[in-house]
Amino acid sequence: MTAPDTAVLRLDAVTRVHGEGETEVHALKAVTFTAHAGELVAVMGPSGSGKSTLLTLAGGLDAPTSGTVSVEGTDLATLGQKGRARMRRTSIGYVFQDFNLVPALTAAENVALPLELDGLGSRQAREQARAALGEVGIAELADRFPDHMSGGQQQRVAIARAVVGERRLILADEPTGALDTETGEEILRLLRSRCDAGAAGVLVTHEARHAAWADRVVFLRDGVIVDETGADKVDALVEAGATR
Amino acid sequence: MSVRQALLALLEEGPMYGYQLRSEFERRTGATWPLNVGQVYTTLTRLERDGLVVGSGADGDGHVVYEVTEAGREEVATWFTTPVGRGTPPRDELAIKLALAVTVPGVDIGTVIQQQRSATISALQDYTRLKRDRDDRTPDDLAWGLVLDSLIFAAEAEVRWLDHCEARLRRAAGLSVAAAPATPTRSQSERTRR
Repeated sequence: MTAPDTAVLRLDAVTRVHGEGETEVHALKAVTFTAHAGELVAVMGPSGSGKSTLLTLAGGLDAPTSGTVSVEGTDLATLGQKGRARMRRTSIGYVFQDFNLVPALTAAENVALPLELDGLGSRQAREQARAALGEVGIAELADRFPDHMSGGQQQRVAIARAVVGERRLILADEPTGALDTETGEEILRLLRSRCDAGAAGVLVTHEARHAAWADRVVFLRDGVIVDETGADKVDALVEAGATR
Repeated sequence: MSVRQALLALLEEGPMYGYQLRSEFERRTGATWPLNVGQVYTTLTRLERDGLVVGSGADGDGHVVYEVTEAGREEVATWFTTPVGRGTPPRDELAIKLALAVTVPGVDIGTVIQQQRSATISALQDYTRLKRDRDDRTPDDLAWGLVLDSLIFAAEAEVRWLDHCEARLRRAAGLSVAAAPATPTRSQSERTRR
């Protein structure tokens, strides 16, 4: 706790250019973006709009051509390779469309993995992993292998892995892409509740129905934020909807 | 026509008077399509004329209580087992607006689409917020939940259609129709579209 700033993720005038000369592509152009603790922000946009680039930069998996990316107040560029790797293990959680669980490890072992890689003793890591699995509602599946779980259950494990060890930034890339609508909705409900519990979430999706779980919806097109929808008004909409 | 069938269906559960019917209808549909009491009584009068319900005198407070007849039950059964017809599509203001925006000179259709998408996503966010705190524990909750989902899926379909229109217009124009603050140069937009 150094500053009163609650931004867990901050992109400041971030530009990312791939290639150069004739083949140069501006994936992001001077994008400024924040995600605060307790907030879920959805990023929408057509293919090639820069959504994935934004998420990759936020996760420290790629570096901006110009501008800064800060997580929990630390500019990732100042960290160096090792520091960034540590940041990814301790502060940033990723949730992917295809779950990315290690098939040879049980649910609890998958969730404990980042903690153990970070040097935590394996007993403590397992304990935290079991607690995290409890928080996502699947404590009883701790000893199952991914192959013996449904898609929705695997994604719950992935979310537990993303939040274990007090990590406060969850980056989700089309997390419901491989799930049916009902299961997808449960996953969004869960992501939402993790953010309500204090995490900052960034959800990349092309489905408006999923983006609607977010507090803010940011539209990217050609590497630029073209619009932002943040709504405070809760009431009166059913009526408005009925007259349309 | 659905008010008539809906009231008949509610009467299958037991005799009710007009005001009760109205509250039951609105409870199950989340007051999404409000009914006025006058409309309820007019409908009941017609149902009685057609022999589908009978008004069985007044209760202690002077309300006329209606009961469904055998013919009424048959009509309800037919309603539930017959798919809702698509018929002639109702006039869709948004589709008409875009059809005109793309042909009438001087309209920035990119902005029209973007603004509509923002508004519809805001509506989706509000519906989703209503949904967030609900569960399906009682049949009434479940009923209203299904209506809410219908609104959500319809709004989502509208956003998908707007995305589609935008992509199609961009292809047709061969250049960006991005909203004003985001208008990229032509060469950039062509490169990102590869």
